[in-house]
Amino acid sequence: MMTFIDGQPVLKIEAISKIYRMGEVPVTALKNVSLDFYSGELVVLLGASGSGKSTLLNIIGGLDVPTEGRLTFRGKELTAASEAELTSFRRRSIGFVFQFYNLISSLTALENVQLVTEIADAPMSAADALGLVGLADRMNHFPAQLSGGEQQRVAIARAVAKRPELLLCDEPTGALDYKTGKLVLEVIERINRELGTTTLVITHNVSIAGMADRVITLRSGEVAEDRRNVTKISPSELSW
Amino acid sequence: MKPLVRKLFRDLLHLKGQMLAVSAVVACGIAVFVSMTSVKYSLEASRTNYYGRYRFGDVFMQVKRAPEFLAGAVGRIPGVASVSTRIVTDVTIDVPGLDEPATARLISIPERGEPLLNGVFIATGRGIEPYASDEVVASKPFLGANSLKPGARIGAVINGRWKELRVVGSGLSPEYIYEVQPGAFFPDKRRFGVFWMSRKSLESALNMSGAFNDLSLTLSHGASEKDVIMRLDQMFARYGSLGAYGRSEQLSDRFISDEIKQLGTQITVLPAIFLLVAVFLLNIVLQRLVSTQRDQIAVLKAMGYSNLQIALHFLGFAMVPTAVGAVMGTALGVWIGIGLVKIYGEFYNFAELVYVFRPENAVVAVLLSVVAAMVGALAAVRRAVLLPPAEAMRPEAPPLYRPGVLDRTGFGRRFSVPVRIIVRNIERRPWKSAVSVTMIALSVAILIAGRYTYDAVDRMSAVEFSEKHREDVTVIFNTPMPPSTAYAIASLEGVLEHEYYREEPARLVFGHRMRRQAIRGLQPESVLQRLVDKDTHRQRLPESGILLTTTLADLLGVKPGDRLRVELLQGARRSADVAVAGTIDEILGLSAYMRLDELDRLAGDGGALNAANLRIDKNREESLYRSFKHMPGVSGIMMLKALRQSFDELIAESMTTSTFILTSFACVLAFAVVYNGARISLSERARELSSLRVLGMTKAEIAFILLGEQALFCVAAVPLGFLIGIALSALLSFALSSELYRLPLAFSTTNFLFALGVLFIVAVFSGFAVRRRLVTLDLIAVLKTRE
Repeated sequence: MMTFIDGQPVLKIEAISKIYRMGEVPVTALKNVSLDFYSGELVVLLGASGSGKSTLLNIIGGLDVPTEGRLTFRGKELTAASEAELTSFRRRSIGFVFQFYNLISSLTALENVQLVTEIADAPMSAADALGLVGLADRMNHFPAQLSGGEQQRVAIARAVAKRPELLLCDEPTGALDYKTGKLVLEVIERINRELGTTTLVITHNVSIAGMADRVITLRSGEVAEDRRNVTKISPSELSW
Repeated sequence: MKPLVRKLFRDLLHLKGQMLAVSAVVACGIAVFVSMTSVKYSLEASRTNYYGRYRFGDVFMQVKRAPEFLAGAVGRIPGVASVSTRIVTDVTIDVPGLDEPATARLISIPERGEPLLNGVFIATGRGIEPYASDEVVASKPFLGANSLKPGARIGAVINGRWKELRVVGSGLSPEYIYEVQPGAFFPDKRRFGVFWMSRKSLESALNMSGAFNDLSLTLSHGASEKDVIMRLDQMFARYGSLGAYGRSEQLSDRFISDEIKQLGTQITVLPAIFLLVAVFLLNIVLQRLVSTQRDQIAVLKAMGYSNLQIALHFLGFAMVPTAVGAVMGTALGVWIGIGLVKIYGEFYNFAELVYVFRPENAVVAVLLSVVAAMVGALAAVRRAVLLPPAEAMRPEAPPLYRPGVLDRTGFGRRFSVPVRIIVRNIERRPWKSAVSVTMIALSVAILIAGRYTYDAVDRMSAVEFSEKHREDVTVIFNTPMPPSTAYAIASLEGVLEHEYYREEPARLVFGHRMRRQAIRGLQPESVLQRLVDKDTHRQRLPESGILLTTTLADLLGVKPGDRLRVELLQGARRSADVAVAGTIDEILGLSAYMRLDELDRLAGDGGALNAANLRIDKNREESLYRSFKHMPGVSGIMMLKALRQSFDELIAESMTTSTFILTSFACVLAFAVVYNGARISLSERARELSSLRVLGMTKAEIAFILLGEQALFCVAAVPLGFLIGIALSALLSFALSSELYRLPLAFSTTNFLFALGVLFIVAVFSGFAVRRRLVTLDLIAVLKTRE
């Protein structure tokens, strides 16, 4: 089994808190969370709704900033970054996979991937990215002509095509049925394995934790558990 | 307040930008309608009041000299209600403060009491007193333009004798609502004025005791104008009658009546365009609203709200902004109307210019806008009503895209993905895109048409004042002069070139059609007055026969080759059949030309001249002007440069405001269409654009995708807008042309560049307005929601 802790963390989270103001009432979404993510890790972040996992993902992805604490990505402090720097961070370093795929309906599968390869520094070819997710033969289909699982795989291809350092997947199976969900997880696992991309999968589905190197559980905005899986299960063997 | 009503107003508030745009477009349309109708009614009412109160005649006639007792005989013609005779003559005057000679039309009025017909409104000062032979009432615009007041003294050459006239008052008459010098076409307030003076003094000055040379009459109710005119023509033929005519041929009435008629066209076309755009805007805004509120509609239906309630609710979204627009438009229309009536007051001299706003016009305006609102809301309301509650709970099916033109032709690969997004979106809804382009094009068209009148008038001015007329001065003789006069004129120091023309009042008859029309006899190779059509093409004077303007030929129903009966009305009153040699499409509608020698032969009098066109030495201008001022036999002087200047000033004065209004309204239109288009696209694509932002696209990159589509629409709208603008201008040219003048279809590059510039600015402005929202897109919310 690989160990990840030896090197420097890719992403370092130090005591971050996030407090939203819902009108008059302050709502604490994250409370003093400290975590390190290492290169090549596949991390599953578990939590019920309201546990703060989406807030954490948004902060990691540069979509939101914490109220307190520090976030450093390869030594650069993101908490102090400007909007333009955050945009550039997302553009270069982050791959996003959303629950509802968020594909551009007017673009074909290939073009949805090209959307990213056109603006990335050293991307793989869009066709290769689609080949990686097993969609080489559906490249010229529009989203409306693809099944949900296929759309999610396009989204994954789009996210990995730029060779991101961090792949963030927000409930990637949330909108999919059991079979397709597993298929998508297999793709994520393969990407992590073959490309060595640090991957963070957010889910409320506890069964998915089995495929991770490391499982972090959030509860009420705090880290309730941070454990390493002794044995990783292949996604095809997962069941829920 | 009921919850649905509260929802309506909250939602409207939320959509305030788009709804205000709809209101503004409706307001512009209603404002044009209300202002134009009110101006039309104001002019009509002012004219009717004026004509009634100051007893404007129905039929008019000029004769050489007729005995006064004939007035009684005229009064006995069946259908004649009242008769008034006068002595009218044009003289050269020396106005204090004016180097050049000016022209006055002297009109006799009774020494005591008011004239029976064509009364004079005394605006300032007083009327003339009996036995004060030098007192005159001068026309108010003339005094105003020359900064003169009652008390001023003006020298005049009357029948060869110098006489000083004392202005005792300023006056106006319904005969000269449009005051122009005979022979001229455009008013020159400084150099032409009407003077009213005592009949007795004019009689003695002109040796016209017991005689008259001008007659007006009113008709009794139901009388036939045609019959009366026929009787007058028979009766006065031997007194040198130039033919009687009705109001329709009275120049001032013609102008004001044409103006009122022209307003009619503008009342229909422009508001129709604005309301059409309002319909379009409501359609797209409400359709989008129904899409975003599908779940709410479902909930309302599930709770038991009826289809009627839902329909009325969504109709409310159309009605409220339209009603706001109609109210704003009516108020704006009244305000603009009052302003425009004031401007008309500068152009047309009314004793009292009343502003008439008829509430029923506002009602019509409101009804029109209500209809527009209903039509605009129709599709959306229908969709809301037909939506089954269960289906409404589900999100809308994702839009289906197919490979488009770019893909099929293989060009697609050459463009970046954002460009492909733009193109596919346009392709997916070609009709919506086409309509958007058309709406933007309409605003470009209004800009073009708004400034077209400038170009047309510019062309008119260029053709009339530099192509056609090239003289410096026209000297008009008060009686036909023998050809030898030319020697006298030529010998004046400072005259560089001199040409002459003869003008013979005549009746032109073809079949049953007849027109009173003076024929101008020109020297064959005349260079100071040339024949130029409205498109600046020059034409030669035919060797023989008569050349008619196109309008005149049409009125008479003749074409080249036909033989026209020409009956001269002066001298021996000879008549002959003359071949129509050709037609010329001149800007000024009614003219007939012949070679001078041929006209002389036709008249059979050995030749006569009515006026001289002169080019003069600028250094000797003053001395020449001085001699003209005292020259006997001269009834009028026209200075081309001064005419042009006064014309240009007048046009600038009267057109700047209306062009400004039209330009502003066109801007409102363009902004409303572009801004709303971008807002709708933003609402439809907020999710996509947010996703792209999350994926690392910059604000500028997503702004490009969103605004690129609108920019393409604008680019496509430019040529279409130019075309529609030209068509709209052609319509205007047709509507604004009358028998008196034609508005040439002329466009300057400036016009097109101006429209282009305005559209560009408006587009950039609306782009910024939408970009503000683009910057504040909620990136997080969008990831968590399915549309």
